[in-house]
Amino acid sequence: MADLATYAFTGIGLFFFVAGTIGLLRFPDVFSRLHALTKADNLGLGFITLGVAFQVETWREIALLALIWALTLLAAGTVSQLVARVALREQNKR
Amino acid sequence: MTLAFNAALCALILAAALATILGRGIFRSIMFFIVYGLLMAVAWVRLDVVDVALAEAAIGAGLTGVLFLAAFGRLVREGAEAEPPRRINPPAAVACVGLTAALTWAWFSLPIPERPGPQLAEALPRAGVENPVTAVLLNFRAWDTLLESIVLLAALIGLWMLTREDDWRNRLGLPQHVRPGGVMSGFGRVLPPVGLLVGVYLAYVGADRPGGAFQGGTVLAAVGLVAAMTGLVRPPRISAPGWRAVLVAGPLVFLVAGLAGALLGTNFLTLPAPVAGGAIFVIEVALLLSVAVTLTFLVLGPPEGENRR
Repeated sequence: MADLATYAFTGIGLFFFVAGTIGLLRFPDVFSRLHALTKADNLGLGFITLGVAFQVETWREIALLALIWALTLLAAGTVSQLVARVALREQNKR
Repeated sequence: MTLAFNAALCALILAAALATILGRGIFRSIMFFIVYGLLMAVAWVRLDVVDVALAEAAIGAGLTGVLFLAAFGRLVREGAEAEPPRRINPPAAVACVGLTAALTWAWFSLPIPERPGPQLAEALPRAGVENPVTAVLLNFRAWDTLLESIVLLAALIGLWMLTREDDWRNRLGLPQHVRPGGVMSGFGRVLPPVGLLVGVYLAYVGADRPGGAFQGGTVLAAVGLVAAMTGLVRPPRISAPGWRAVLVAGPLVFLVAGLAGALLGTNFLTLPAPVAGGAIFVIEVALLLSVAVTLTFLVLGPPEGENRR
């Protein structure tokens, strides 16, 4: 049962990573590429974390997994804001 | 399955390495260098050497990558980001091929060591710590670690010598401009508490499990950089006596402990078994602080004034 949940959730996570990667490569401008990238980070990593959480033994490890995901969310959100702001400034300059 | 994963990892590492060397543009090379470091860290985990993986991820990929990025930013500011001519440098190519050949030869000709070796396993109870890596780094072969900490300090002094006369009294690095209440300043308030916890934990746990002063110090340096770049704290000046004391604390405590070992009848830098655990703890704390501050100052760079390009 736990294995089944792991397969399902990591599968969904991988789908988001693949979709995000395709978006990163194919989307036309910085802003939509950032959108694709953060979807992969947030949802993809979130589902993979959820899938892995079914395999660990203790609550401590689940808390660690959640912390890793939360930190990635924080970093991805901040970085995409900063990249978007620089891109916006460059765009206005032209 | 494992074989497929390992083969894919090896191929990715080789591809990232080639892209670092052959890729067009300095910025792209730096990016691939960071990716290469992260992939190497994964490879070290696969080889079951988590200590090296931590060091590679924190220092190899993270810190060195940031140093490269800082240097690149400086080139751009000075208007000197021109691409180097794309041709092969024969002496460098020969040297690199020779080094690779020597390493390959060593890999195939040296015997595969037992881990931990019989001598280390026999000596470990006298080390004062349970992690064999920490025992070697801070007790049995403390020379290397002592010299590493001094090299870091020397690098910082060398960097500070590049300061322009007019900037000497300014604060370290470039002046940072952060919008109050913006994304960056929010990030700077959320991340440091978590980073402090992780850094101190990494150093503390190094006595028994993978971790140590250098890995923990790098995480703390990242916290210091985030705090400085988000305007949470202002970088100090070169002349600040307190910060200078922290910079030399690590090597100094290490040296004093080594001399004490010589006076107490064991050898220089060999800690007597009854006090080894406590001594290693004190050295680790001092090293942690020194490494963290030295690395932060290295990345911040020498003081640069407000109105200079």
